[in-house]
Amino acid sequence: MKKLSARRRHPLAALVVLLLALATTGGLYAAFAPAEKAQADTSAQSLAIDEGKKLFALGCSSCHGLNGEGGSDGPSLVGVGSAAVDFQVGTGRMPAQQPGAQVPAKKNIYSQAQIDQLAAFVASLGPGPVTPAKEQYTATDADAVAKGGELFRTNCAQCHNFAGQGGALTKGKYAPSLEGVDAKHIYEAMQTGPQNMPSFPDTTMPEEQKKQIVAFVRHTTNDEPNPGGLTLGSLGPVTEGLFGWIFGLGLLIAVAIWVAAHTTKAKKS
Amino acid sequence: MSHDISEENLPESHGDSHGHAVAVHDDPFADPGLPVHEPRRTDIDERAAKRAERQVSLMFVISMLATIGFIASYVIFDIDKIVYIFPLGHVSALNFALGLTLGVALFCIGAGAVHWARTLMSDHEIPAERHPIEADDEVRADVIEQFRTGAAESGFGRRKMIRNTMIGSMALVPLSGVVLLRDLGPMPEQKLNHTGWQVATPQKPLQLINVNTNEPMKPEDVIVGSLTFAKPEGLEEEAEDFQVQIAKDALMLVRIAPDDIKDNESRDKGFEGILAYSKICTHVGCPISLYEQQTHHALCPCHQSTFDLADGARVIFGPAGHPLPQLKITTDEQGFLVATGDFDEPVGPSFWERKR
Repeated sequence: MKKLSARRRHPLAALVVLLLALATTGGLYAAFAPAEKAQADTSAQSLAIDEGKKLFALGCSSCHGLNGEGGSDGPSLVGVGSAAVDFQVGTGRMPAQQPGAQVPAKKNIYSQAQIDQLAAFVASLGPGPVTPAKEQYTATDADAVAKGGELFRTNCAQCHNFAGQGGALTKGKYAPSLEGVDAKHIYEAMQTGPQNMPSFPDTTMPEEQKKQIVAFVRHTTNDEPNPGGLTLGSLGPVTEGLFGWIFGLGLLIAVAIWVAAHTTKAKKS
Repeated sequence: MSHDISEENLPESHGDSHGHAVAVHDDPFADPGLPVHEPRRTDIDERAAKRAERQVSLMFVISMLATIGFIASYVIFDIDKIVYIFPLGHVSALNFALGLTLGVALFCIGAGAVHWARTLMSDHEIPAERHPIEADDEVRADVIEQFRTGAAESGFGRRKMIRNTMIGSMALVPLSGVVLLRDLGPMPEQKLNHTGWQVATPQKPLQLINVNTNEPMKPEDVIVGSLTFAKPEGLEEEAEDFQVQIAKDALMLVRIAPDDIKDNESRDKGFEGILAYSKICTHVGCPISLYEQQTHHALCPCHQSTFDLADGARVIFGPAGHPLPQLKITTDEQGFLVATGDFDEPVGPSFWERKR
């Protein structure tokens, strides 16, 4: 005790007491506070909607209207569903940087929790495609990649290129590269048809097929080795031709000039 | 390496001889003549020549070895073996080995030939004077005289019948070549005018089959902003001529809010805003389905022909000659989407016998 009382005038004594008091209060609260289950699921949902509405008012309402009804700068969000919000905000496309032919993907500034709240609010405006769960976009069958490849070539390759590298559309629009895109976001894009991409609803392309396409895209753009060494963007004959003309012929011309310019005359130096 | 060459073998110092042809002349445009020939080291030093000979042979030998390596790697490497090679990443071992060995083999032949030409083949400058192209008058007069004599002896100018029939026979001979072109294949007959949808009639309509699911579709399956591809009922992928048939029958189905459809005829051919267009570009027949759901434009990736699907697939840009044909669709008793006849016009690119 003597030791303790001897140090009670130590400059840090107040801090130690404060920490002890805080820990005690926190511990007691944890022990005696009402249990979590007192909060029903519905109120958690309404809480998320409330939070989402605040976020929406701050980040989205200047274009999409205070209640998501749309305006001159942005479309109505009634019925787009939570999947569309998760895609657009999750890939950083929304909030849009500037108006133009197409809104590009950029760094996402919202946390997943905030995106979920925003999505909850937008989903409450009208029924629409729901953010998919992980098992909805994770294929388990062994030949998913092969089947997905066939579906990809039928439905997606015309715009996104056969290796998912993307391509040009009209008037400044473009189909973005699928390299490094999250499986969830690929699934949501097919479901909701963001910007000028047509949608592929479950009625014409069942969930199972979407899974297979996701498996193919992830395999092709991320996992597949590159047999030739140089992909040149996997864009096909245009890049390959350009490479051949500029680097191949350029090198030959350079060698021809070198051969012609250098003589092997023996000079007295 | 100048120590390899003894001093007396080196060419004379040319300091005073440079420009000896011009220095003494007053005429500034005088022919400067050829520059003084300077021998190469291999010309004057037998050891250097031997070395160059060995270098050239070495390159040809490397080329031979690389070719053998090419054949060997073709045999050795498994076609799906993937290896990691530093700057390239994961590459196919076979492709890498084949490319490397063939490249070395060809490069060494070229490099050897160039080295040979530059070091060992004669490098003496050979001037070739330019002469007027025409022959001298005497030769020309002689040729003309010979021609006249020949013409007179043949009676070519006098016997007009022989001349005319000869010209006629010469003109007709190439026609036999044109006839041979007929062997290229049978005439297309009516194949270009009709597609697989022609068997559909109002009494016996054909269902539109979703190519993804192989199932018929109901109108409510096709939502606004979606894109679906369809083929006629009964056309199976296992069929022998599937690729030939689908090249004409392929459909793209879009649904446009009825108020956004600008062309009344096109709206009537569709069903509640669902429009079924041929997927085949009317320019050179590429499959087109780069559909932009907000502008309703469909773009052909080959030559950028752009069609406005909300306006009867009118061509708004590019080389395509006429709009995409639209298939008239409706529903059957069970509510599935069906076609009751063929396209009104041939699908795909124009051809000579085509009416429109």
